[in-house]
Amino acid sequence: MADIRSYTMNFGPQHPAAHGVLRMVLEMEGEVIRRADPHIGLLHRATEKLAESKPYNQSIGYMDRLDYVSMMCNEHGYVLAIEKLLGVTPPPRAQYIRVMFDEITRILNHLMWLGAHGLDVGAMTVFLYAFREREFLMDLYEAVSGTRMHATYYRPGGVYRDLPDRMPQYEASRFRSKKDLEWLNKDRQGTMLDYIEQFCERFPTAVDEYETLLTDNRIWKQRLVGIGVVSPERAMELGFTGPMLRGSGVEWDLRKTQPYEVYDRMDFDVPVGTNGDCYDRYLVRIEEMRQSVRIIKQCVDWLRQNPGPVMIDDHKIVPPTREEMKDDMESLIHHFKLFTEGYCVPEGEAYAAVEAPKGEFGVYMISDGANKPYRVKVRPPGFPHLAAMDEMAKGHMLADVVTLIGTQDIVFGEIDR
Amino acid sequence: MVDARKPLAERLQEVLGDRLRSCDEQLGEVTVEIGPSDLYGVMRSLRDDLRFEQLTDVCGVDYAAWKQDEWITDQASGTGFSRGVRGNTFARLGLTGVYGLDPVTTNTGRRFAAVYHLLSLSNNERLRVRTYCDNDDFPVLDSVVSIWAGANWFEREAFDLYGIIFDGHPDLRRILTDYGFVGHPFRKDFPLIGNVEVRYNEEKGRVVYQPVTIEPRVLVPRVIRQDNRYAEPEEDASNG
Repeated sequence: MADIRSYTMNFGPQHPAAHGVLRMVLEMEGEVIRRADPHIGLLHRATEKLAESKPYNQSIGYMDRLDYVSMMCNEHGYVLAIEKLLGVTPPPRAQYIRVMFDEITRILNHLMWLGAHGLDVGAMTVFLYAFREREFLMDLYEAVSGTRMHATYYRPGGVYRDLPDRMPQYEASRFRSKKDLEWLNKDRQGTMLDYIEQFCERFPTAVDEYETLLTDNRIWKQRLVGIGVVSPERAMELGFTGPMLRGSGVEWDLRKTQPYEVYDRMDFDVPVGTNGDCYDRYLVRIEEMRQSVRIIKQCVDWLRQNPGPVMIDDHKIVPPTREEMKDDMESLIHHFKLFTEGYCVPEGEAYAAVEAPKGEFGVYMISDGANKPYRVKVRPPGFPHLAAMDEMAKGHMLADVVTLIGTQDIVFGEIDR
Repeated sequence: MVDARKPLAERLQEVLGDRLRSCDEQLGEVTVEIGPSDLYGVMRSLRDDLRFEQLTDVCGVDYAAWKQDEWITDQASGTGFSRGVRGNTFARLGLTGVYGLDPVTTNTGRRFAAVYHLLSLSNNERLRVRTYCDNDDFPVLDSVVSIWAGANWFEREAFDLYGIIFDGHPDLRRILTDYGFVGHPFRKDFPLIGNVEVRYNEEKGRVVYQPVTIEPRVLVPRVIRQDNRYAEPEEDASNG
């Protein structure tokens, strides 16, 4: 019998399939993994400590940079925790806008995941397909907040501003022909809600295209079916949430079980897997994209019919408008106090969790009554998932590690914080 | 099995009995405090008897600077804004270390705490469990990795950032900080700017560590305002 010696292999941190800066020390026996030891922290920025040294509102922008492919969901968790401590509820229109953007973010995240997962496993085309659709969603981020990724759009008490009446259009330039310009602006003639509606109409077809490429693809199934199987009991013990938990067959979705904002008024289904392998998690995420479209459509319908404020009317927390500030002494004082000192949050502690695309994104906030949080703890969904890498990879081949990283939907911004 | 229809506080009392130091409900969240010596046993009965199948989070907390503000607001003074941004008061612990001279030396037994968030999927409820470490100089708690496997990395993180030792943890190494890092960065007496920085040294041809060269600064001082809207008659037992 051939003598196979075990050896240790270093995977990452500069590896295109490591999804950022994952370093893994793999103990191998031939090509079989005996132990996987992920070394994380290469992207650690001490977001939580920085948040302790800033007034509450100044850290919202940091939350975008945690899970940098599902930006608004992170903001949502943080803002919900502040609102819980302050005891304020945003107006219904703001809640619908938040739900709509949470779902847009979910599609954004799942498209990124699908493209990257496909690329890792060897399907190049799906990456290009997924990024084509992502572009439309990025434009929505840009239309409401002015930035394509790090929006800082959710604020305690609502959202920063109402949806724009007109979808921004591409402008003429000497690098763009008139025909191209017309094609680019074809969908942008109406309001932003029209644009979203058009997206919802055509996106299910795009998902069908991804499925044509992957779902029954022989190579895709060979790489995914039976890889990284986690039983439902084990998934709960390991702290799995989101599609990782649902892929194992546990029906648990915070949007259904502990609804926040207006999710209790939404009609949608929660997909659940049966085998707990990578392929089931893939199917769960694909179906989640379709369900997100359903939720977005319901939000669009409601938002069309119900204009109204998108921020609470409490200038102890929310700054007054520029117009008010210019001709009202009291508004000027509120404005000054809010931007030089911020608001003090009553003493106490709160844990707020949202169903982020990757799982439960929670923010535990302790306040001692100051204008800065005493302690902010972010509970990133990817952290316990990656912690289970050793268990999931044991006994699999080296190439399967790449599949596992893909299926866990690893993003280092949130894991390292 | 305990009757799941009773309120959580009653069930906790029933299952934990004397081991429950305090139990209160605020903002719809139940928080219990237990002694460090009871931790392991309590956690086991919480999982087995009250069906908290999942450990959502373990969070280390350093209470050394609790209720310390940088700008005293209830006294009049002529020094204005600079009171908050200059000077070296105890409250500005985040700026001590190499720039300050105020390490925390008191040993109250209430400085470090680990806060566990538990989730019961079958009963759809959450619970927060807080344990203070007895000794501030050498905080030790029992590990719960053998109860919930998911606790593994969360405990490593609390060890790394706060220096809380988890007794019985299979592999208690640093997780988020650099290889060879000194100190526990999330403690309140660890400076925000850090102690060392790295740069590439041309002569040595490698990256070297050196003391930090940036100046610490405060843009917005930390203030605690007495706001009557939030005034509560009852005393909060959790703030030590």
